[in-house]
Amino acid sequence: MTVVTFVQHDGSERMVDGDAGLSLMETALKHDVPGIDADCGGGAICGTCHCFVEASGELTAPDAQETAMLGLRPDRAENSRLACQIVISEGMADIKVRLPEFQM
Amino acid sequence: MNMPAVGNTPDYSALPLSDLDISDPRMFQFDYWHGLFARLRAEAPVHFQPSSPAGPFWSVTRYEDIVAIERNTEVFSSEPSIAILDPEPDMILKMFIAMDPPEHDDQRRAVHHVVAPRNLKEFEGLIRERTAAVLDELPENEPFDWVTSVSRDLTTKMLATLFDYPWAERNNLTDWSDMFTNDERITAGEGVPRDVIVEHMTACLQRFTELWHERKGDGKEAFDLIRMLQADPNTANMVDDPLTYMGNIMLLIVGGNDTTRNSMSGGVIFLNQFPDQMAKVRANPDLIPAMVSEIIRFQTPLPHMRRTATQDVSFGGQQIAKGDKVVLWYVSGNYDESVIDRPNDFWIERPNVRGHLSFGAGIHRCMGNRLAEMQLRILWEETLKRFRTIELAGEPERTCNLFIRGFTRLPVRVTRF
Repeated sequence: MTVVTFVQHDGSERMVDGDAGLSLMETALKHDVPGIDADCGGGAICGTCHCFVEASGELTAPDAQETAMLGLRPDRAENSRLACQIVISEGMADIKVRLPEFQM
Repeated sequence: MNMPAVGNTPDYSALPLSDLDISDPRMFQFDYWHGLFARLRAEAPVHFQPSSPAGPFWSVTRYEDIVAIERNTEVFSSEPSIAILDPEPDMILKMFIAMDPPEHDDQRRAVHHVVAPRNLKEFEGLIRERTAAVLDELPENEPFDWVTSVSRDLTTKMLATLFDYPWAERNNLTDWSDMFTNDERITAGEGVPRDVIVEHMTACLQRFTELWHERKGDGKEAFDLIRMLQADPNTANMVDDPLTYMGNIMLLIVGGNDTTRNSMSGGVIFLNQFPDQMAKVRANPDLIPAMVSEIIRFQTPLPHMRRTATQDVSFGGQQIAKGDKVVLWYVSGNYDESVIDRPNDFWIERPNVRGHLSFGAGIHRCMGNRLAEMQLRILWEETLKRFRTIELAGEPERTCNLFIRGFTRLPVRVTRF
């Protein structure tokens, strides 16, 4: 089981079990973790599930659409990702993501 | 082409596809567009109209197709214009909404922070205070025009607040915004000629340039949009490039005007058409944010945006040629039954209520979406608190404009608690 840790902007942490096949965005919504809006529902076309990956195993690199959306964020960092584009797979390493101050 | 008037709307189910006119703003004025777009979605989701007052153009009407085009910014460019009309060579404003990456990204990032939720918190108290004052002034038990007394007044005051614009002159902002979108070629001849628009743009630029210089270096806290632009190193000298400054000002005043104003009016109508939804939100005000999203879908205040093909491309079984205008009909995508369940129902608790196309999709998705949602949320929080009833007191009158779905008049009667 992959453990997903969401760190809120205020530093508080929440650890949840990640189901294979769900994205980090869906995992957050399933467990009512605040801080992810996910307006578009997972298509990488709204950018409102921005997160910063603090620790993880190897991840698939962001595709062109995700990169384009991340490019708009004023607070983009090296480890910026869209949570809807990281899908938990069988045996994936635990992952820790920090959520930004706000989504927009 | 058909020239329908009230009571004389075209029978879209009977016309040959080649006779459909998707450029006539009276479909919004007289509210008969549902049948047109339903037919297009079913039979010609990528449809070519060879002639219109704005020239030939393609119409894309299905939700998934609109998203696919929004994602493909290389083939479907936002340059030279996101409106169906091309810009005139005498005044090509530089605004990032009509730019492609990478230039778009740098420009947008430079002003994005002014509408970031962090800054919005600073504005919330002031906006709530001004909203409350407007609502407290409304007459009880006698009809008034919600458009003038609430939607237009509030949007103007909010814009003036955001710009810290001279209060006594604030109606300029809304008048200019109306003017910029009122080209006679998209208003069935009811608007104004292009040169009148340019005159107003020049006046607007002049006033904003004066304000810039008055404020530059006055040491006051950057609490308004102009000082925020001055405070950011990327935009600190924007005034030196008038076409860029004017482009950004115009984007902010138009983007924050018709959109919010018409959603403010639309909400009153929808809650009257769907009284069960009114009862729901009254019983549980926590539903207001979801209701706001549903109002924005149902209204779709900007019915379309336009892209331009950068190369010959096959899309949806059609051959789109390099240079062709491709119009994305958000208003149709928002009612696409294959994606939106029961689209004709105003349904606050619908699944994925935020997943509408009114803000667009992809890199050009509305930058001010959180501000718009906040303004509408505050309006409804304050309205539902004050008024026991909010009823329609006559037929709404709608805007005759291909780019704007809105209202010119909305008679309403309220009673207080």
